[in-house]
Amino acid sequence: MNDRRGKNILICGVGGQGILLASEILSTAFMEAGFDVKQSEVHGMAQRGGSVVAHLRYGDKVYSPLIEPGTADIEVAFEMLESARYLRYLHKNSTVIVNTQKIFPPSVATGIEQYPEDILEKLTAKRLRVIPVNALTIAQHLGETRAVNMVLVGALSLLLPVPEKTFLGVLRNRVPARFLDVNRSAFMAGREAAGALQEVHKRR
Amino acid sequence: MKTSASNIKKVLLSGNEAIARAAHEAGVRVASGYPGTPSTEILENLSRYDEIYAEWSPNEKVALEVALGASFAGARALASMKHVGLNVAADPLFTSSYTGVRGGLVIITADDPEMHSSQNEQDNRNYAFAAKVPMLEPSDAAEAKGFTKKAFELSEDFDTPVLVRTTTRVSHVKGLVSLEKPSVPRAAPGIEKMPQKFVMLPANARKRRVVIEERMKRLARFADTFQLNRVEKGDRKIGFITSGISYLYVKEAFPKASVLKLGMVYPFPEKLIRKFARSVRELWIVEELDPFIELHVKAMGIHCRGKDRVPSFGELDPRAVRSAVTGKKGPRLFESGEIPLRPPNLCPGCPHRGIFYAISKLGLFVSGDIGCYTLAALRPLAAMDTCVCMGASIGMALGMEKALGSDALGKVIAVIGDSTFVHSGITGLIDIVYNRGFSTVIILDNRTTGMTGHQPHPATGTTLKGEPTAAIDIEKLCRAVGVNHVYTLNPHDSAAAEKVLRREIERPEPSVIITKSPCALLPEVRKRKDRLLFTVITEKCTGCRTCLKLGCPAIEWVPLDEKTAVRLGLKPKQRGHSRISPVLCDGCNQCAPLCKFGAIVEVNDHER
Repeated sequence: MNDRRGKNILICGVGGQGILLASEILSTAFMEAGFDVKQSEVHGMAQRGGSVVAHLRYGDKVYSPLIEPGTADIEVAFEMLESARYLRYLHKNSTVIVNTQKIFPPSVATGIEQYPEDILEKLTAKRLRVIPVNALTIAQHLGETRAVNMVLVGALSLLLPVPEKTFLGVLRNRVPARFLDVNRSAFMAGREAAGALQEVHKRR
Repeated sequence: MKTSASNIKKVLLSGNEAIARAAHEAGVRVASGYPGTPSTEILENLSRYDEIYAEWSPNEKVALEVALGASFAGARALASMKHVGLNVAADPLFTSSYTGVRGGLVIITADDPEMHSSQNEQDNRNYAFAAKVPMLEPSDAAEAKGFTKKAFELSEDFDTPVLVRTTTRVSHVKGLVSLEKPSVPRAAPGIEKMPQKFVMLPANARKRRVVIEERMKRLARFADTFQLNRVEKGDRKIGFITSGISYLYVKEAFPKASVLKLGMVYPFPEKLIRKFARSVRELWIVEELDPFIELHVKAMGIHCRGKDRVPSFGELDPRAVRSAVTGKKGPRLFESGEIPLRPPNLCPGCPHRGIFYAISKLGLFVSGDIGCYTLAALRPLAAMDTCVCMGASIGMALGMEKALGSDALGKVIAVIGDSTFVHSGITGLIDIVYNRGFSTVIILDNRTTGMTGHQPHPATGTTLKGEPTAAIDIEKLCRAVGVNHVYTLNPHDSAAAEKVLRREIERPEPSVIITKSPCALLPEVRKRKDRLLFTVITEKCTGCRTCLKLGCPAIEWVPLDEKTAVRLGLKPKQRGHSRISPVLCDGCNQCAPLCKFGAIVEVNDHER
């Protein structure tokens, strides 16, 4: 919690998964925690169900809004296949939080290509620290599939030098009142899921 | 940099939000623009300030004319557009350089290196040089606010429109910005007749031409001491001249180097540049796209490095800057290997899909245009054959027709969206009528500007401020310009659309087909509880793949092996069946009529 060194966080997934809101919640939390922060995203054509990526950098002073390839400390993949698309941004000590949900790209949906089944293995083979989270199932249990993004923010929050209460405060300010409860539960559930996995990692 | 210590309120804003805030703080009275990534959010945010009149204009030319008029009336005004929008607005831009301003006039041009959402990546710094107006280039959101405010002062101090250039990574990057109070209200606007300044008859224009030269000389001298042009002293072995987003990449890649950061990229601070060049052993110019600064520095007779190594297209990043300068590639990166691509696609329930399915069956040459529907160029629809610029579809279809003669009949059509048609398609349609063409034009009327995120336009009946207003009746408009055959139909019914289309393309006269159905993502459409839901009865599906030709994200192909096929009661040789995702299905009913086997049916008891 006391690590004031900045980090580069790459968030990727599919248009429509709530990546922009997730990265906004995160950058606001960094700001509240006293960091400089830059958050980069792309709008327009890219959002139509295509692959979406957001760059998030925080620290004492941040210049470039773009993460330099090979320097992302954490990747949060909202979809499994997408975790493999941006590997060039990672380094050998990167942590990858992967939502194990699969969303078929058009070529797979129409039977032209197959969905690669060995993605988690590929990541582990590169000796990356992989934290798989079944965010869709967690969100479904909470009765709101659209809360997948907050489950993943919760999982990521455990790795960040920002107190839990700061995140909850940001959620309160940013999420409409009628969705606040489910988003808060999703955040906490994601945090717990990642916590349980971290324990497993430690014991190994 | 901690925020808590200062008493100024810092907030997280994108470059675009910061520009809108700057307009508020600078006392802007009138703002105008046309939506276009990455500029759209500037006007959307500006419209939330009650004291500012903000409008979506039909196109960028009109937007700049509205802002210029407001300036002539003595008010501060802002016009905002994407890079290609400035091409449309270039006509008023070049002559507004002659007239100068009364109230400060700032034009935002948002460039898109890497073409995230654009058809080209032109470098609009060239417009500053060509139109002889100053240009400021911020690096991040905090500067976007500061520079935009400064631009209004420069505009009034030097009697000139001022360009502020952002790029995607300035417009859409969020960073910390200090908010300030709006400045004291400015003198009320009023009419003042100044024909020598405002009426660009040749005799007046020739005089103003001289004024421009003097102005630009004064600005160039001013640039040498202008606070936004800044030297950051560092290691003298290597020095960089840079601006905008590239400055941040240089700082990241070479934190210890000396840097001359140009906040004003035109005109150039020549004394400052010479002094800086002398102070370092090796001089590099780092800029995205064109060698704009580099050419000027070289024209001054100063030796420097730049585009011989720095890429002249696409976006830069710290790694690209470092490897250009050091000549070393940098550490090896992980590779993804071959994984399926995920291109953007038309949404489930998109009304465009139905009409493009009909078009794709006829094998026509489709002269296309700019909007979500350009995605119909991708497989499986593959029903668009050109995309050049806003409104081009119609004129280009006519040009093809004139080149091919009667051979074009039944083979070439133009397709254009409603917002794009109002932007610059109407004149093309007039051309077809006037010059005795027979092209068929399809206007995709989804009641909004879709691609940029649902902005109202003159045919929607709502203004940017959300007020109700007159809506252009597109059908009547087409008839008024002389098209006798105008048909409005429902694009979701592709069989009916195909029938009309077959008839109209053979007609040796101009005709317009308007496909009218709202964008599936419009909030009022999403909220409807009576949307249908469809499913595939697996036992009835023969695996013919017809429904997959729609390219709907909700329809999936499930591969089968012999055993599973038999177990499901299907023929042993059937290699798969279709499935509809209940989460993605929008209930548009485009697919069910396509299935000859009745395998796609409506789900009766479902909740939305």
